[in-house]
Amino acid sequence: MTTDQRRLSQFLWDFLCSLKLTMFLLITLAATSIIGTVVPQGSPPPEYLQSISETKLKLYQALGFFDMYHSWWFMLLLALLSLNLVACSIKRLPHIWKTITRPMVVMDAGLEKTLSNLTTIKTQEDAGTLRDRVAAVLKAEFAKPAITEADGAFHLFAQKTPWCRLAVYAVHLSVVIIFIGAIIGSLFGYKGYVNILEGESVDKVISRSDREIDLGFAVRCENFSVAYYDTGAPKEFKSILTVLENGRPVDGYNRVPIIVNNPLTYKGITFYQSSYGKAGEYQFTVSDINGGNPVLLTVGSNSSARLPDGSEMHVLETTPDIATYAQGLSGPAARVETHTPSGKTESFIVYANHPELNVQHARHSGGPLIHYRGGEERMYTGLQVAKDPGVWVVWLGCLLMVAGIYAAFFMSHRRIWVRIKDGTVTVGGNSSKNQGGFRSFMERLVTKIKDQLAMEEK
Amino acid sequence: MTSSLLFNITTFFYLMSMLAFFAFIATRVKALGVAGSAIALGGLVLQTIAIGLRWKESYALGVGHAPLSNLYESVVFFSWTIVLIYALLDLKYRYRVIGAFVMPFALMGMAWAQLGLHSGIEPLVPALQSNWLLYHVITCFLGYATFAVACGISVMYLIRENHERATSASDRSIVATFPSTRVLDDLNYKAIMIGFPLLTLGIVTGAAWANYAWGTYWSWDPKETWSLIVWFIYAAFLHARITRGWAGGRAAWLSIVGFVATIFCYLGVNLLLSGLHSYGG
Repeated sequence: MTTDQRRLSQFLWDFLCSLKLTMFLLITLAATSIIGTVVPQGSPPPEYLQSISETKLKLYQALGFFDMYHSWWFMLLLALLSLNLVACSIKRLPHIWKTITRPMVVMDAGLEKTLSNLTTIKTQEDAGTLRDRVAAVLKAEFAKPAITEADGAFHLFAQKTPWCRLAVYAVHLSVVIIFIGAIIGSLFGYKGYVNILEGESVDKVISRSDREIDLGFAVRCENFSVAYYDTGAPKEFKSILTVLENGRPVDGYNRVPIIVNNPLTYKGITFYQSSYGKAGEYQFTVSDINGGNPVLLTVGSNSSARLPDGSEMHVLETTPDIATYAQGLSGPAARVETHTPSGKTESFIVYANHPELNVQHARHSGGPLIHYRGGEERMYTGLQVAKDPGVWVVWLGCLLMVAGIYAAFFMSHRRIWVRIKDGTVTVGGNSSKNQGGFRSFMERLVTKIKDQLAMEEK
Repeated sequence: MTSSLLFNITTFFYLMSMLAFFAFIATRVKALGVAGSAIALGGLVLQTIAIGLRWKESYALGVGHAPLSNLYESVVFFSWTIVLIYALLDLKYRYRVIGAFVMPFALMGMAWAQLGLHSGIEPLVPALQSNWLLYHVITCFLGYATFAVACGISVMYLIRENHERATSASDRSIVATFPSTRVLDDLNYKAIMIGFPLLTLGIVTGAAWANYAWGTYWSWDPKETWSLIVWFIYAAFLHARITRGWAGGRAAWLSIVGFVATIFCYLGVNLLLSGLHSYGG
C-alpha cells in the first residue's frame, strides 16, 4: 500500500466509525421516511397520478418514491447504518473486552487519581487482619474480592456486572440481526392471498407480486360466518378450515375455526382471516326460439359463458324474487349482459316464472331464447397467506434489543479497589453509570468498613 | 358516580394544578408549588378510579374490554400516563416548576377528550380483540408520556440557556427559579432513558401483534413508519450526548422535535393519513 492508499483507507475507516455519521444517518432516515407516508406506496390510484404534474411523476418514479422503503437509496442508508454500527463496535470492543476480562486488580497511583470516590482510613491493626476484615465486608456488602500482594501491600479488587458494558454492543448487534431476519424473510418467504368458496378447496395461492404459489397441500373452507353486536357492528368473522393432504383431512387440522387475531399455521404457512364476500352460480336454459336444441348453462358470478350462437354472456345481478322490483311479476330473475360476435352488447332481464317475457325478448332481439332456472349463492372467505422463515430471527433480534437497552440504561459496572499498606486502608471505586447512586453506596460501605475496624480495636 | 363525571372532575383538577404552578412561577410562593403537585396527584388518583370505573361500566354493558379502544379512551389514557410520569419525577426529584411545563399537556388532552370527542363505550371491533392490545397500548403510551415530560423539560432548558447567555448570575427573574441547565439536561436524558425502552417495547409488541393477526410484522404502514421515525429521532438524541457539538441545546431541540413527531405519530397519522390504525387508537 502506498501512503496515499493508507491515508484513504484510514479516512474511510474513521468516516465509518464516526458518531457524526451515526447522527447524520439517524436524522436522514427519520426525515426521508416521511416521504412514504405522504406519497402513496405500491401502485398509486389513478386519481392521485392525475393530481400531480408530469415532471413530478417522472421525478418520483426515478427516485423510487412509489416504493421508497425498497428504493436503492433507502437501502443504501440502512446498509450504511449497519456498517456504521458494526465499525463503531469493532473499534471500541477490544478495549471494553479487556476491561471486562483482564481487570486492573491493583490500585496504582495513576488509577487512584482518576477515582472520585476515595477514602483513607488510618488504623493500628496488622495488615493480615485488616485484609480479612475488609474482604469480609466487601463480600457481604458487594462482591467477593480478589486479593493480590504486591510491593509490600495487600490489594483487594471486587466488581459487579462487568458484562453490562457489552449491552450497548448487543443493541447494535440486535439491529443487524433484525435486518438479517428481514432479508431471510424476503428471500425465502412470501405474502399472498386466496379466496375460497364454502365447500371448495385450494392448493395454490397468489403472491403479492402476482406469482402463483403451490402450497404442497390443500385447504378447504367448510364454512364462513359473520356475527354481529346488537348495535349492528361486526363482532366476529369466522372461517372453518380443513387442511387436506392427498385429499384427506390431516389429523388435528380438521374443521379448525380461524378468526381475526387467531390464524391457522400448517407446515410453516399461516392463514389469516382477512376478508369475505359472496359468489354465486346461476343456471340457464338456452334454446332456439321455438324451444328446440335446449342446452343447460351454468354461469359463475365472476365468469362468463358462451352461448350456442357464439355470444358471450355474464350475469350482472340476480334476485330470488322479482316482485320487489316489478309489480305483477314474481319468482327468480337475473339481469344478464350478452356480447354478440358482431360486437353488439345488450343487457336484459330473464325470468324463471315468466317464459312468455323471455320469448318476447328473443323475438325482438333475434337472439337465442334464454330461460333463468335459478341460482345458488355461496360465501367465500378471503385469507392472507404468509410464510416467513426469518421471523424467529427477527424476534431474537427484538429480544436482544430490549434486554440490551435495559442493561445499557439501568445497569452499571461497579468496581471497588482497596489498598492496605502500613496501617493505611485506601478505598476507591467507580461506576460506569448512575454516579449519584454509587456515591451514596460507597459512603455506606466505607462507614461499614470503619465500623468493622473500630469494633476490632475495642 | 359515573366515570364520565369523574373524568370531568379530573379535568378541573388538572386545570387547577396548572394554574397553581403558573402562580408558583410568578410569585415564588413555595406553598403554591406544593399545592400544584398535590392537586395533580389528587387528579391522578381520581382519574385512575375513573378509568377503572369505565372498565367496569363496559362489562355492565356486556361489551367488557379495557378502556383503550378508541380515540377518546386513548387520549384520556395518554393524559393519565403524562401525569403518572410527572408524579414519579416529582416524587423523586421535587423540581416543582417542571409541572408548569408538563401539566398543560395533560390538561389539553383531558379537555379535548371531554369537550370534543365521542365518549360512548362501544364494543370491540374484531381487529382489536386480542391481549396484545393491552401490552401494545400501555407500553406505547407510557413511552409517549415520558417524551411529553422530556419535551416540557427541554423547553425549560432552552429558555434557561437563552436567559443565562443574556443576563448575569445575580438575576431574580422568573427563569432563575428553573433548575440549572445541567440538571435539566440530565432530567431530559433520564426521561428519555425510560421512554426509549418503552417505545422500543411498544414497537416490538405492535410488530408481534401484526405478525400474529396479519402475518407480517412490518408493512411500512404510516403508523408503523412514524413510530420508527420517532425511534430514529430519540436514538439520535441518545447518541447526541456522546457526540461533540450535539450535547446541550441541540439535544434539547431533538427532544422537542421527537415529541412533535410523537404527536404526529399518535394523532396526525390517524387524522391526516390513512392506514391500519384507522379506528383511532
